[in-house]
Amino acid sequence: MIIADKTTKAVDLVQAALDQAEKYKDHNIFISLNAEKALARAKEIDEKIARGEEVGKLAGVPYALKDNYSSHDGNTTAAAHILDSYHSPITATAVERIEAEGAIMIGRANLDAFAHGGSTENSYFGATKNAADETRVAGGSSGGSAVSVALDVVQFALGSDTGGSIRQPASFNGVYGIKPTFGAVSRYGVVAMASSTDTMGCFAKKAEDVDLVMSIMSGKDAKDSTSLEDYWTKNLDEIQPAKKKIGLIRDCFGDGINPEVAEIVRNYAKKLEAQGYEIEEFDMPILKYGLAIYYVVQPAEVASNLSRYDGIRYALRSKDAKGLDDIYTKSRSEGFMKENKRRIMIGNFVLSSGFYDAYYLKAQKARTLLINAYNEAFEKYDALLCPVAPTPAFKLGEKTSDPLTMYLEDAMTVPASMAGLPALSVPAGETEDGLPVGAQLIGQRQSDQLLLSIAKHCEEA
Amino acid sequence: MSITREDVLHLAELSRLEISEEEIEPLKKDLDGIIGYISQLNELDTDGVEPTYQCFDMQNVWREDEIQSFEANREDLLNLAPDSENNQIKVPKVL
Repeated sequence: MIIADKTTKAVDLVQAALDQAEKYKDHNIFISLNAEKALARAKEIDEKIARGEEVGKLAGVPYALKDNYSSHDGNTTAAAHILDSYHSPITATAVERIEAEGAIMIGRANLDAFAHGGSTENSYFGATKNAADETRVAGGSSGGSAVSVALDVVQFALGSDTGGSIRQPASFNGVYGIKPTFGAVSRYGVVAMASSTDTMGCFAKKAEDVDLVMSIMSGKDAKDSTSLEDYWTKNLDEIQPAKKKIGLIRDCFGDGINPEVAEIVRNYAKKLEAQGYEIEEFDMPILKYGLAIYYVVQPAEVASNLSRYDGIRYALRSKDAKGLDDIYTKSRSEGFMKENKRRIMIGNFVLSSGFYDAYYLKAQKARTLLINAYNEAFEKYDALLCPVAPTPAFKLGEKTSDPLTMYLEDAMTVPASMAGLPALSVPAGETEDGLPVGAQLIGQRQSDQLLLSIAKHCEEA
Repeated sequence: MSITREDVLHLAELSRLEISEEEIEPLKKDLDGIIGYISQLNELDTDGVEPTYQCFDMQNVWREDEIQSFEANREDLLNLAPDSENNQIKVPKVL
């Protein structure tokens, strides 16, 4: 991480980031830029440095903020029409913490509206293009954040991951992306998607940069009762895996996996072996149901969370609305994207009387079986290894016509989400066509730093 | 089960969403596909298994019932409302 000091000016770091953002304008990385305020803040930091004052661990470091994090800088749109004029009166805890250390937000990054999607094509502001190939998707939902790091606009970016929204775009663009243990980072001030699996993480090009940002963002916050006591306190170089054994999930290499992706992830396993890890293949048959569990629980929580958009207290109110029911129905119909509506309807279906037991309760029971299977695996292994996504970045428009095809993209990321486990997308290689591919390391709860230390050893080898 | 036109309209109503005539068929097809997919959970034997609603064994988190400051003031919040008057949020006549 390049941090401002006496010789490196914060103003220059921020200006360079803004210049890069301008250069890659056609990639549609940002929904809004924060140029003026960012430069003013950089100037303040440079002045503090000149006076010899304390400036923080991320002094003058420009970063991109996924546009579902609240802050006073710019509108918090969540890439949805219903929120496009919403100026938040609060600041997300994660933002507050990294900015207290001197980080400077240069722009709000694009996403699938309300983080519903795996390609950033569901954005009210248009799709973001892949960093390696402009004809392909950025992945999603944190597509803008991933591309901003991949194209060196910023040194790190914040994202959110409910079912793969950090890991999959990290894989598609060749950068690190971490979905921490559920509760590691406060969810306060981030637009809620599915509250039992929403996690706040980041993207960067080095494992130790990810570690630095996460160590700052994480920790207990009175404003989020599910946030955990700070455990992100170790030095990566001092972490010792207990077993030096990693489980390769065989089920993730079957039908439907792109052969190049499979090969790249297996090569990463060889790298781990060279680092002294024993690699053992094992089966986890319950994973076959991971996606089905997720697409019951997540839409149910989405339907509940999005019921707050009623057109009354904030956000869009339809101009055509006459009575009260009209305000709800017209505002929501105008303001939500197609995919938001689908998920709300699926959620209300699985929660509705007559179907609750068969779908929602069934899925939550299956979730227990999934968690049990992970627990069993962690009796033998320090971490698990599998691909992040079954394919490299696909073509823009390739999967937009059938929602189920798009959902299948999430098959390898959602299981860890349902169990609240930390998972890291590590840049592992490229296909023959030059498309980046990530490998996914999954760990026990609160073993986030172990995953980063494993990745760091491989990165430096 | 397969989703009918009536199901789509009923779900739209529950969701407070207005669905145009042209949207019904494609939605019916999408929902059918998704619900068909999630129905594979029926293959799993979950007899006697407890459901997991949240991943951490978390209990209620208590704090003292004391007033805490909030970063936004009343004006900030009222300004967010699409329509307000005399410190209150305004909606069309209900009764």
